[in-house]
Amino acid sequence: MVSKGRPRASQHSELLRQMLRIRRFEERCVELYSSEKIRGFMHLYIGEEAVAAGVCQALTPDDAVVSTYREHGHALARGVPATAIMAEMYGKAAGCSRGRGGSMHLYDAARGFYGGSAIVGGGLPLAVGLALADRFQGRNRVTTCFFGDGAMAEGAFHECLNLAALWGLPVLFACENNLYAMGTALAKTHAQTDLALRAAGYGIAAWPVDGMDAPAVAQAAARATESIRAGAGPHFLELRTYRFRAHSMYDPERYRDKAEVERWKKRDPIDTLIARMTAAQELTGDDLAMLEKEIVEEIDRAVAFAEQAPIEPVEDLTRFVYSEIPPSGGTMPARRAEAAS
Amino acid sequence: MTEGTTTYREAMREAIREAMRRDERVFLMGEDVGAYGGCFAVSLGLLEEFGPERVRDTPLSEAAFVGAGIGAALGGMRPIVEVMTVNFSLLALDQILNNAATLLHMSGGQLNVPLVIRMTTGAGRQLAAQHSHSLEGWYAHIPGLKILAPATLEDARGMLWPALEDPDPVLIFEHGSLYNLSGVPRPGPVDISHAALRRSGKHVTLIGYGGTAGKTLSAADALAAEGIEADVIDLRILRPLDDATVMESVSRTHHVVIVDEGWRSGGLSAEISARIAEQAFYQLDAPIARVCTTEIPIPYARHLEEAAIPQVPAIVTAAREAVAS
Repeated sequence: MVSKGRPRASQHSELLRQMLRIRRFEERCVELYSSEKIRGFMHLYIGEEAVAAGVCQALTPDDAVVSTYREHGHALARGVPATAIMAEMYGKAAGCSRGRGGSMHLYDAARGFYGGSAIVGGGLPLAVGLALADRFQGRNRVTTCFFGDGAMAEGAFHECLNLAALWGLPVLFACENNLYAMGTALAKTHAQTDLALRAAGYGIAAWPVDGMDAPAVAQAAARATESIRAGAGPHFLELRTYRFRAHSMYDPERYRDKAEVERWKKRDPIDTLIARMTAAQELTGDDLAMLEKEIVEEIDRAVAFAEQAPIEPVEDLTRFVYSEIPPSGGTMPARRAEAAS
Repeated sequence: MTEGTTTYREAMREAIREAMRRDERVFLMGEDVGAYGGCFAVSLGLLEEFGPERVRDTPLSEAAFVGAGIGAALGGMRPIVEVMTVNFSLLALDQILNNAATLLHMSGGQLNVPLVIRMTTGAGRQLAAQHSHSLEGWYAHIPGLKILAPATLEDARGMLWPALEDPDPVLIFEHGSLYNLSGVPRPGPVDISHAALRRSGKHVTLIGYGGTAGKTLSAADALAAEGIEADVIDLRILRPLDDATVMESVSRTHHVVIVDEGWRSGGLSAEISARIAEQAFYQLDAPIARVCTTEIPIPYARHLEEAAIPQVPAIVTAAREAVAS
């Protein structure tokens, strides 16, 4: 969380660390996908790192996060171990979803990470419900729901913004506007492309943020979450960002021109922050080299862990369709999620 | 009126009231459950007793409030979500299938969803084709869900609590024709794991559930007058199906008629037929017979609606033919 007393340099270096972790993790995923260690659909977060790093810096360990299928960055920034994420993408039993989810469905109940929905907009009602449960149980917690610009064309988005606003629920709606719903540009799918304006139409505090500027994202998220914690109800941030790579691994990118991509790459959130920190003498070349080295080691460990991890036995194929704790007589069963770690 | 007489509607209301008194994590949410008292008056008076937080009127946003029920269940609550009719539940089908039924598996066992969704199903009230279908068989297709069909006062009163105790999502289908069913229910808990043998006979097995359970019993009465004694099974639980009770009966009667208000093609009756063929084929002395809804959207006009859905004479005829063959 951004604490008022925390030096700016330390906030910046944490943002840089998280963004670099995500970037290097994703780059390794590309290699592993090419060598067929990872299969299925995989959606990379490269270019959008400032959003996850900035928003998650504003959250406390108790807060809940609901994510999308482009979620490696959210999971990493939220503290889901890289080992468990990588093992999941290898389809291993030690994966954070025991090999049932893959890249699009990472979960970590102990860390309040309610995972990736691959149904666009499908996570929004869950976030509303989690916040409603917090209201009932008197928990002062924020539920952050990440979703993309594409989700704002789904009915669930409109139903959920209305419901969250109506009930004044503590939800941070974090819209990652990367300008494309898969391959269709925002302006081709939305009559009104000012997304914050549309959220404001539900009576929700909403504003756009430069999603390529990690400190700006962190500041906006801190402001929004402080307001939510103070009881001001849901907030909406339109985080204007851009993905540098394809929608998923197979994507000829016919829908956007290379010049546009190159323009956005000039605003690379990592390069931008490094330049700013260097200019402010918050970062030296040695610091950066040290950070890179630590991150490479973390990712190497994650890959080694995933490589050697055992697979889930086929005998367990039918587990987790129904809970394994039988209903008890007269008392409610314990939450499985609380028992899991 | 006899002492202790109640209706199906009142039994359901009492079940909700008891659950809310017993466990503060339980709350009721849905369209018109509060001030209106529920579109079928099931929740009448509960708002006054429990207040608007726990008897929560929602906007007409099925995906959002069903999904919010899933989220609230993940957050430690025990929501009862009421959906007006099964046809409306299709607006929330994404949430029910892609989240409620799937999260436990997709998260490798981390996220169970202790949610109860109640909804009305079935025809017989001249509500035409967008309020009258019997789609519980579709839901019974989905791994991860439990599907209940209370057909009696006891089940209307007793199924909700074990459903709330269940760690996984449970859907309760209340046939619209049953709300005014009245009588004196037998006290005591009921299970949500077994089919019930409602009547014993040696010549033919009649299988029904929900809105057809009573019709199969009436058919059994008519058949008895002809000297045909029927076993009558009320399935009660549509997923997981209680195969043992069905096979035990078929192995005694050697004839079977399945009565389902759902459509025949690809429906619940087809599933039960297949299971009997798989597990008790050599016990059969006649082909399996089915009495299902005619494959049309349910029409409005009374005579057309009555002709479309399973009725007692058709069940009697089917049973008679099965036994005679």
